[in-house]
Amino acid sequence: MQQPNRLRPFFENITFDRDDNELVLNFGPQHPSAHGQLRLMLHLQQEQIVKSHPDIGYLHRGMEKMAENMIYNEFLPTTDRMDYIAASSNNYGFALAVEKLINVEVPRRAKVIRMLLLETNRLMSHLFWLATTALDIGAMTVFLYAFREREYLMDLVEDYCGARLTHSAVRIGGVPLDLPDNFLTDLRKFLDKLPENIKDYEDLLDQNRIWKMRMENVGTISKEMALDWGCSGPMLRASGVNWDIRKEEPYELYDEVDFDVPFSDKGDNYARYKLYMEEMRQSARILYQVIDMYAGTSPELMAHAPKFISPSKIEMMTQNYSLQQHFVLVTQGMRPPVGEVYVPTESPKGELGFYINSQGGPYPYKLKMRAPSFWHTGILTDLLPGHYIPDVVSIIGTTNIVFGEIDR
Amino acid sequence: MAQHKIDFTKDGGLPVALTTIDNVVNWGRSNSLWALTYGLACCGIEMMASGASRYDFDRFGTIFRASPRQSELMIVAGTLTKKHAEFIKRLYDQMAEPRWVISMGSCANTGGMFNTYATVQGVDRVIPVDLYLPGCAPRPETLQYGVMMLQQRIRKEKANRSLKPKRLM
Ligand code: SF4
Repeated sequence: MQQPNRLRPFFENITFDRDDNELVLNFGPQHPSAHGQLRLMLHLQQEQIVKSHPDIGYLHRGMEKMAENMIYNEFLPTTDRMDYIAASSNNYGFALAVEKLINVEVPRRAKVIRMLLLETNRLMSHLFWLATTALDIGAMTVFLYAFREREYLMDLVEDYCGARLTHSAVRIGGVPLDLPDNFLTDLRKFLDKLPENIKDYEDLLDQNRIWKMRMENVGTISKEMALDWGCSGPMLRASGVNWDIRKEEPYELYDEVDFDVPFSDKGDNYARYKLYMEEMRQSARILYQVIDMYAGTSPELMAHAPKFISPSKIEMMTQNYSLQQHFVLVTQGMRPPVGEVYVPTESPKGELGFYINSQGGPYPYKLKMRAPSFWHTGILTDLLPGHYIPDVVSIIGTTNIVFGEIDR
Repeated sequence: MAQHKIDFTKDGGLPVALTTIDNVVNWGRSNSLWALTYGLACCGIEMMASGASRYDFDRFGTIFRASPRQSELMIVAGTLTKKHAEFIKRLYDQMAEPRWVISMGSCANTGGMFNTYATVQGVDRVIPVDLYLPGCAPRPETLQYGVMMLQQRIRKEKANRSLKPKRLM
């Protein structure tokens, strides 16, 4: 019998020595450019890949199971650890799903702050993508530059919520805090500089011979293939499908702001790179508009729904009944009505959806996360054959996968 | 008694400095701690940030290497799962002595918030750990402070210490 406390090695059934010319190469799970813990079993014919088999699960932490034993508010910080490059977008996806379940409307100022967080997170994620991909391909300078800009954003978010990486900056029903004093001016300062910075990266990379050779016509995903494998986000848009959930099913204030969704029909690594750069510009454009929206809002931050959401601090300190309510909500948790929801949002990596099945109890009966990176890892099975070993690194780079959300 | 009239720092001075082997060896060892990249999860991002432009780990002589053969410090940054545990042991065994391990973040220390069927409750169940950094995720400053503490510890050690096996938890 298997002893639950003993660690057992997991060997796959793979013969590495073969009679034919085929070589089986094990890539990962601890490879510097495997973006975490991707393991690829590559069958090689000389240097060309003939078969690839992505193996995941090395970061499986059992989040979906954990959710079934936690009250809704308690689970929110766990979502930070999914896509840890852009933590707020996961917080937001989960909060939005629960809000739909309990049917509350978030006050406008909270919406503005959420928009600010979502788009700064998108910028952070794209800058990080640029840094790591450039590093994998050998452009160390770009890595250092992009991290420099990212640190400004980290500082901003830290000013707001106190954490650099794992924000938990969104609550179910609103946001916990108002913006600190200098947030908007600092953000504007950063945004004013951003186009220059993006131009710097593009000057370094766009016409760079090595970069072009590694990126152009490498890892081409056709439209059909992208749709078949369930791609979303930049992966889908680079393959010629103009699909952005912010436009198709607008949530929050995305229907009030004015922005373009860039797309390309080339489908190769280079198209994806250009797409990320353009999306950064669009994010900046959105942020400018959202900054202007902030001034005209009233200062409420949390929705008013006494059955599900704790009352404000002032009410709690002055009214006995509110205090009791808060106590019950913290110790027992909210009890959403029986029902199920699926809410998709456009995270920096693609469609991030939360499915919640509630049986009326304080814990979700089942919580399922639809993480974009999971599908983008699957496509490697079809995408890699025909390419050479160095291409593997650049293709993994442009798929922008993060293992926290694949294995969960 | 002979008086030292020679100014060692001036031209024509004796090119001699008195020290002990321990000092020299430990000076070298502590100032060139090359770390094996072991970013497993979220903490790995903060580890990268400490190597990048703002925090600049290179000034400590800490450079991230991708091979266990070239590194003497393993920074375990992130959640270790049972599926991965076998590999961390194998990579640790491949590192040459002397070697040190820093466990970065709550997950690596104790399993952190993930008390589930899939995670190892602390890397010290698999490999011996020298230094634990608290936090989820620890800031890059924490990691740098941790490395500085480790450097201090190395400087106090005997250079030719007999290789006593370190204890697992
Ligand atoms: S300690 Fe926190 S930040 Fe670090 S790997 Fe674990 S969950 Fe992620």
